[in-house]
Amino acid sequence: MIEVRGLTKYYGDILAIDHLDFTVERGRIYGFLGPNGAGKTTTMNIMTGCLAATEGTVVIDGHDIFEDPKEAKRQIGYLPEQPPLYLEMTPAEYLTFVAEAKGVPRAKRAAEVERVLERCSLEGMKDRLMRNLSKGYRQRVGLAQALIGDPPVVILDEPTVGLDPKQIIEIRDLIRSLGEKHTVILSSHILSEIRAVCDHILIISHGRLVASDTPEALMRRSQGMDHLRLTLRGDRARVEKALAAIAGVETVTFGEPEEAGALAVSLECSTDCREAVFFALAEIRTPILAMARERVNLEAVFLELTDDEQPPAGADTGGEDDEDERAEEPPTLDVDAMMQAKEAADDDSDL
Amino acid sequence: MTAIYKRELKSYFTGISGYIFIAFLLLMVGIYAAVINFHYTQPNFESVLGSVGLVFLLIVPILTMRTFAEERRQKTDQLLYALPLSMAEIVFGKYLAMLTVLLIPTAVICVYPVVLSFYGSIDLLTCYSTLFAFFLMGSALLAVGMFISSTTDNQIVAAVVSFAVLLLLYLMTQLASFLPVSAAGSLMAFAVVILLAGLILYLMTRHALLASAVIILLMAALYSVYLLEPTLLEGAFQTAALQLSVFDRLYTFIDGIFDLSGVVYYLSFAGVFVFFTIQSLEKRRWS
Repeated sequence: MIEVRGLTKYYGDILAIDHLDFTVERGRIYGFLGPNGAGKTTTMNIMTGCLAATEGTVVIDGHDIFEDPKEAKRQIGYLPEQPPLYLEMTPAEYLTFVAEAKGVPRAKRAAEVERVLERCSLEGMKDRLMRNLSKGYRQRVGLAQALIGDPPVVILDEPTVGLDPKQIIEIRDLIRSLGEKHTVILSSHILSEIRAVCDHILIISHGRLVASDTPEALMRRSQGMDHLRLTLRGDRARVEKALAAIAGVETVTFGEPEEAGALAVSLECSTDCREAVFFALAEIRTPILAMARERVNLEAVFLELTDDEQPPAGADTGGEDDEDERAEEPPTLDVDAMMQAKEAADDDSDL
Repeated sequence: MTAIYKRELKSYFTGISGYIFIAFLLLMVGIYAAVINFHYTQPNFESVLGSVGLVFLLIVPILTMRTFAEERRQKTDQLLYALPLSMAEIVFGKYLAMLTVLLIPTAVICVYPVVLSFYGSIDLLTCYSTLFAFFLMGSALLAVGMFISSTTDNQIVAAVVSFAVLLLLYLMTQLASFLPVSAAGSLMAFAVVILLAGLILYLMTRHALLASAVIILLMAALYSVYLLEPTLLEGAFQTAALQLSVFDRLYTFIDGIFDLSGVVYYLSFAGVFVFFTIQSLEKRRWS
């Protein structure tokens, strides 16, 4: 569907992206993941024809974006980071303008606008000035604009930035449903978002593609530990002793319990030791109120891969190393942790 | 292109800039017509058009300042670039919308000579040929304003720079009389222009070698002309500067001559700046 070959972009002397190569297949949801400034937006801008590349080619369904831009752009709907809205227009006027500019025939224009308005749940807002719409609705109008003309490829640059959790979930559901018919490429620096939505992850760092795989395969690559989180009722010293004695348990840390009189414990295990933990605690008659196994974190993979100079293949780092890097990159993780917490309820149904 | 044209035209009238442009132009023409034609009872409406040229200094920036500067600031230019439209279509769509706004007061002004002809003998041919040239002059000035708007993302900057440039064009004839006319003086003046052009070239391309090569080449050509045929340079700079006196071209039409070279001049002036606008936007995609 989309072939990107040797894509390179210099801003003056600054190398923004460096010989990117990847292929996007039809009908899947791709996630572009990378820290801020990794070159995600630049790549998307080039793929959509908003920006020229210094080198390399982008071919969309057989049409080169530089040689045959009109036909190539017809295949794409693009939502830039900031939705490109004319604030003095209403969504209905704006979408009609986009439909006309995209060459939707006059007879079908009204129906097409109606269709995307419904798709993005905007029917109630279609006659308000966009100046007066909230950020979430503006984002949806931007998305609606990308869907006009039913392009086979939809490219979304950070579609959930700046939205509240409820809006984020709505937009994600929308993106997931788009994946049924369209090829979707979205970028984000939020891991949980990519994990929740995408079939395939492209990790980009310092303008280079460092990984391209399914989320599961990427997690398998992780050499991180298995994490268990427990809520117990019992004596701290005895629990610590019992847990530390289990083979495979590497570290035992106590945290802030959520309910009074309980103990919050998190374990790092080198193997799956859920059963051993259960029997060990049963032996000392300590009831387990809750036990959760955290999925191997994509963060570890992500940090490993986007780590400055280390080659991804030879990254033989253990848990402690990850901890160090987490401290260095608080913003990404804070947001991520927050998102996870907010999505906790919703996540079960996602995966 | 029609989508851009329609949207643009509509935006001039959902905001106030279109109304201000039309109202101000009609107001000034009305005042001058009242004074010249009615108060002093002179039968030549064309001289009214000759006098109101100054109004373009104010109203052209009002119409042009937003066109590209605001798109860039609101990031809506990304939508335009991602749409299946060529840069030329985008620019022409916008330019034609401006011309349409200019056409509205021009059409209204078309009635004036007819009204005046009830009260005296009016040279209708001269009136309408001047009005035609007046429209072309406005088109050329709008193209200049549009180009300036495409180089910045701040509409105030676009407006102020457009005003300054139009003022310079307006005063060009008077300013040109102060320019050096001797061969040596022209040589110096052309050298300064070449240096400035080289500097702009460098700032736009960041290519020091290219800019200096262009400067050296042009300087060499200029100096060899000076050595071989110095008479060619006598008054040459002044003549070149006078080529930019957009406003004074109208006087030939007012004198009752349908100046075909003037028509070509206005059209090419507009064409050059529309072309510059396209280039300036293309260049932005490359940087």
